[in-house]
Amino acid sequence: MSFSLRLKKLLLVSLISGATGSLSAEKTEKVSFSKQIRPILSANCFKCHGPDDAKDEKGKSLRKAGLRLDIAGDQDWEEAITRIISTDPDNIMPPPETNKILKPSEIDLIKRWIKEGAHFEKHWAFVHPKKSPVPADTHPVDHLYKTPLAEKSDPYTLIRRVHLDLIGLPPSIEVADTFAAGPTPEAFAQIVDNLLKSPRYGERWARRWLDLARYADTNGYEKDRDRTIWPYRDYVIRSLNADKPFDQFTIEQLAGDMLPNATSEQIIATGFHRNTMLNEEGGIDPLEFRYHAMVDRVATTGTTWLGLTTGCAQCHTHKYDPITHHDYFGLMAYFDNTLEPDYHIPDLTLSERQKLNLAQAKKLLAELPSKWPAEKGELDTSYQTWLTTQTPHFAPWQTLVPSRAEANIPYLTLEEDGIIFTAGDISKHDVFTLDFPASTQPIHSLRVEALPDERLPAGGPGMTYYEGRKGDFFLSEFQITTDKPSTFSGSSETASGAQFGSGKADASTAIDGDIQSGWSLKGHIGQRAIAVFNLSNPIPPGTTFQITMHFGRHFASTLGKFRLSSSPESKIQAIDHQGTLEDFLLQAPELKSHADKIRALQKTLKGSPTLVMQERPKEHTRPTHLHHRGEYTQPKELIKPRLPNALYPSGKPLPKDRLEFARWLVSVENPLTARVVVNRHWAAFFGEGIVPSLDDFGMQGQLPTQPELLDHLAVTIIENGWSLKKLHRLIVTSKAYQQTSVIQSGTPKQFTRQRLEAEIIRDSALHSSGLLSEKMFGSPVRPLQPEGVTEVAYGNPKWKPSAGADRFRRSIYTYQKRTAPFAMFTTFDAGSGEACIAKRDRSNTPLQALTLMNDPMFIEIAQSFGELLKETEGTTEEKIIKAFRRLLTRPPTPDELRLFSDFHTQHNSWPSLTRALLSLDESVTKN
Amino acid sequence: MTTSPLSRRYFLGECGIGLGKIAAASLLTNNLTARSHEPKAPQIKPRAKAVIHLFMAGAPSQLELFDPKPHLTKLEGSSLPKSIIGDQRYAFIQPDAAVLGPQFEFSQYGETRATLGSPLAPLGAVADDLCIVKSCTTDQFNHAPAQLFLNSGFSQPGRPCLGSWTLYGLGSESNNLPAFVVMSTGGGLSGGSALWSSGFLPTTYTGVQFRKGKDPILNVGTPEGFSPEVQSDTFDLVNKLNAQRLATINDEEIATRMASYEMAARLQSSAPELMELKTESDETINLYGCDRDKHSFARACLLARRMVQRGVRFINIYHSGWDAHTNVKGSTEGKCAQTAQATAALIQDLKRHGLLDETLVVWGGEFGRTPMVETNSSLGRKAGRDHHPQAFTTLMAGGGTKPGTYGETDDFGFHITKDKVHVHDLQATILHLLGFDHERLTFHHAGRDFRLTDVHGHVVHDLLA
Repeated sequence: MSFSLRLKKLLLVSLISGATGSLSAEKTEKVSFSKQIRPILSANCFKCHGPDDAKDEKGKSLRKAGLRLDIAGDQDWEEAITRIISTDPDNIMPPPETNKILKPSEIDLIKRWIKEGAHFEKHWAFVHPKKSPVPADTHPVDHLYKTPLAEKSDPYTLIRRVHLDLIGLPPSIEVADTFAAGPTPEAFAQIVDNLLKSPRYGERWARRWLDLARYADTNGYEKDRDRTIWPYRDYVIRSLNADKPFDQFTIEQLAGDMLPNATSEQIIATGFHRNTMLNEEGGIDPLEFRYHAMVDRVATTGTTWLGLTTGCAQCHTHKYDPITHHDYFGLMAYFDNTLEPDYHIPDLTLSERQKLNLAQAKKLLAELPSKWPAEKGELDTSYQTWLTTQTPHFAPWQTLVPSRAEANIPYLTLEEDGIIFTAGDISKHDVFTLDFPASTQPIHSLRVEALPDERLPAGGPGMTYYEGRKGDFFLSEFQITTDKPSTFSGSSETASGAQFGSGKADASTAIDGDIQSGWSLKGHIGQRAIAVFNLSNPIPPGTTFQITMHFGRHFASTLGKFRLSSSPESKIQAIDHQGTLEDFLLQAPELKSHADKIRALQKTLKGSPTLVMQERPKEHTRPTHLHHRGEYTQPKELIKPRLPNALYPSGKPLPKDRLEFARWLVSVENPLTARVVVNRHWAAFFGEGIVPSLDDFGMQGQLPTQPELLDHLAVTIIENGWSLKKLHRLIVTSKAYQQTSVIQSGTPKQFTRQRLEAEIIRDSALHSSGLLSEKMFGSPVRPLQPEGVTEVAYGNPKWKPSAGADRFRRSIYTYQKRTAPFAMFTTFDAGSGEACIAKRDRSNTPLQALTLMNDPMFIEIAQSFGELLKETEGTTEEKIIKAFRRLLTRPPTPDELRLFSDFHTQHNSWPSLTRALLSLDESVTKN
Repeated sequence: MTTSPLSRRYFLGECGIGLGKIAAASLLTNNLTARSHEPKAPQIKPRAKAVIHLFMAGAPSQLELFDPKPHLTKLEGSSLPKSIIGDQRYAFIQPDAAVLGPQFEFSQYGETRATLGSPLAPLGAVADDLCIVKSCTTDQFNHAPAQLFLNSGFSQPGRPCLGSWTLYGLGSESNNLPAFVVMSTGGGLSGGSALWSSGFLPTTYTGVQFRKGKDPILNVGTPEGFSPEVQSDTFDLVNKLNAQRLATINDEEIATRMASYEMAARLQSSAPELMELKTESDETINLYGCDRDKHSFARACLLARRMVQRGVRFINIYHSGWDAHTNVKGSTEGKCAQTAQATAALIQDLKRHGLLDETLVVWGGEFGRTPMVETNSSLGRKAGRDHHPQAFTTLMAGGGTKPGTYGETDDFGFHITKDKVHVHDLQATILHLLGFDHERLTFHHAGRDFRLTDVHGHVVHDLLA
């Protein structure tokens, strides 16, 4: 410390003592930087005095102030405090234009802190959690729960609460009565164990995870078309039911594809980050929206595992948390090196079916000659006539192998037999440039074979994955250049089809000089298609030449797999057969219906597709750039994968790739994930997290109300092998969880009543009325909802409610459309799947009242519920009690029973009675 | 129906909300309480109490309607200079596409000499109320992102829209109707329900859709098979049971729910009353050019006037179908035939009811259309225009705006040459008219204070009366 600094410190002490002379008598504990000072500085000062290291183009710091108040340094605290207490508007801190004013109590705290030595501490969330000692035979939650406990809840309330929490459905009357007759901790523990084993458990908890995963069954944005990713949803349910350790659950979802010998399940798991939206609006730049999806992936990872608001650092270094602009793109780089294919789930039952199909096809093929219509004359005559027309086109083709094959954005790989495979990103205008060595014979014609491949969308041959037909391509121009561009005398193709508009889409459009027209397939996806281009003048022997292929239109539509060959014939046309009798029969218009049947049987059967991640090969990694101000159009320097310094001890090698990153997330090295996870689960039970800001453990987030408890749970979950079921058991067996929710003045804070989540409200109603289907998994279903909900979305889609049991499946299986979500869910605060949600609102609104009373789905439920009662044995009062208890578990009070009885006497309508019952506050509330 | 004195007290005293939803006091951050829908004092002196935003989704052609460029006619058949186009990306056309001249005659109207293309001639009647901003510009060139951007200041879903911010800042003045209403009279919308989402604000600030068909608000009608008497007795029964529960549990959240039910019951009569146009004179119906019962843009405009009279704060009317990629002439004529008369009628009608001074009417799309022609044989398109983010026109009327024409574009109608009004500026100006400093209307989310205008936006004082 320099002399002048020491002097200033001395002066400062006197200044502070003078200002707050009486404080020393009052204070008992040292001021905590983490708990008391940093929140003040973060809220009022860090915006200008924080970690922001942004620089302008000339390298000048963009941080408003030179002085940093977020880390230890040689701050001049005398100057600081003088300016804080200044009344001069030109001098005072924070300056008037910030609209921030420090309270006198806050200023006093800062002064005390300075007086005590101005010690900085690491932000609490970046310090590794430690377990507090807990005496044996004591429930750790209750030992560490600092708030005085209210009395225990009555058995009926408790048993309903724990059922709603663990499986999302109310208990049966029998289970409730048995428990009420002997509400011992042992009996409770037994019920908890049963609930944890129930398949309903995974269905309830998957919903909360899917909020974070921003799961939906449509692509989002304008067109918002359907997507198939329900296998990922089923993976989540299965994993939770199996109590898959959360670390494994994490690694599989972020990098399951990179695990050695990845299983089908682990590949399906990578759908987590395929839940990003896909813009199919005509004319968008697909790479711009890929970038937006990457931004979403970073933000979602930050919220879900780190509890950090990384989003701020997209545009500039975080003003509050130690995440730099570079760190942000370093995080993005972990996720950036992927391809995003469809994955067909292996289905062993299919191979047997396929075998049968092929056998049937073979049989029909053998019978085909017998189907030849007699009125068309002799089969053989027709065959020979046809063959004559085809023979000139059988001339052999010479495969052309390029000496160089390049593309603007995608990458081309030369495979066997001259086949070229395209991978990587595609754009609205892709250009392939292929150089060929000289030929020994003149080239009069060129052939493009567009080839199907399982690696391509819908099996190819094209790479179209949005807006247009999946697997199609659009060859807008096909050019050959020797020393000058060649011209063409003709073209032909084996298949073509136009999508959008009614214009031509045959091979001639690829040589017409119009970039807006082109050869495409439309209906002929998953099959080989051939185009032949005849040159006006041959390429002479000994001449090298170049072929340029342009692809794309108002959407990206590049060819995925192809082969080029040449012919010395000038009039040769595109054919795709050997001239056999079978070939003739299969193409004969007279036999089309028979041939179609055969072709359908020959189709390869595939399991359901789902969206997954796949790491790009080492030789074609995708570079990640820093984007100035976070804008897609402003890429700057290359960035390597890296973690923010604050989260990683220097000197240790950083995680290299996505898999190592995922492993680090759930390693003991990372202080955040375990805390973030247990806190979110705590909030699911108690309505509020120990850290109330579930998605923000940074400087701007809230402090843990019970840090020892949070840390204990965090360490425990890791010690317990990341078992969520053990965590849930630990929480619900505590006295804290079992407190009453009745509010009595003057008694300790009770268990907070919480309005139920939308899905639980619906599922409970279905369950109580006897309608709930227990069918699990598979394609999404459509329950009844009012007319006109979806029509506001693009294309005015209609909602056709499912029939039979599918109408009454658990809500997690409800079809989720992003731009027009299921109305009842929206009304009760469910998200749309457009963004990651850590915490839903719990609003209380007139629209909810209207939904419970009038929505056709609830009317249908009330009617079924009413039918059930009508057919039940017993007196009116017994029936009312039964209905009441099926939904609310506890018996009604005499007053409640009387009110219902009176209503029934007056209206004599069970559906009207059950409707009222379903509309009660208690019916939509966890007590 | 009968109501308990308790719920009445909560309804009038504690929950004084408009509608939308009631916030649960104990659960919301940012100190929002059950009073979050109570009328609140604006930050600065407001000029407008209500906004009617006529959103012409798909983007009308400014070159056909507001910004005559005879120079383009002369240039027809040739491309624009590269220096003009820069590196602008297009949805459909190639940047070197030929230009297309204006498709309509223009005339000047009123003392302000408001210039309007012939399909908008009906607006001539209110020319001197129009504040025509010819120099609007946006960052987005695709529909869904641009519509979201105009509404929420951000091109992706997830942020609160203008109506939600307004409700968050000002609360509601209606006890019987939602404070933020959304109607859609064209086809489906590119931006979907995210256009009226409250984003990260509490869900209570989400816009409530008024739909075509039997029930203007979802489930507002009593279902078939339930008599009015059953309905009323059900409300009564539910209320009594909830009141008993409240007395046992003492959780005021139950009282809030009781108030919700009471308001739901009121809504069951106030919504049909609002939609019932029998009380409107034939003269009024003819002024708008609507049918009393048939869902249309014109009828929605009349309903909007009735909503403003009943204290509704923010009204969106979406009318899609302006996306003239082909036949910009016919397409524009068609859309104007559906909207021009009713827009003029709305302004006149508000004025004669003395409401225009306090009601801001905004008319416009999410971006403009290219000076270049869109022609594409494979898509079957000709004489259309593609998306143009650099320049478009927005109209405003009333609510403290100054009549006149603002801003200029170059001879091609491509770039703005004078008085650029970015979407964030437009948002800042609308908020200003409502009584907000757009830099101080903030909400803490994801680690920082968010606002509608992000870190941008300036109030355009020249647009203020």
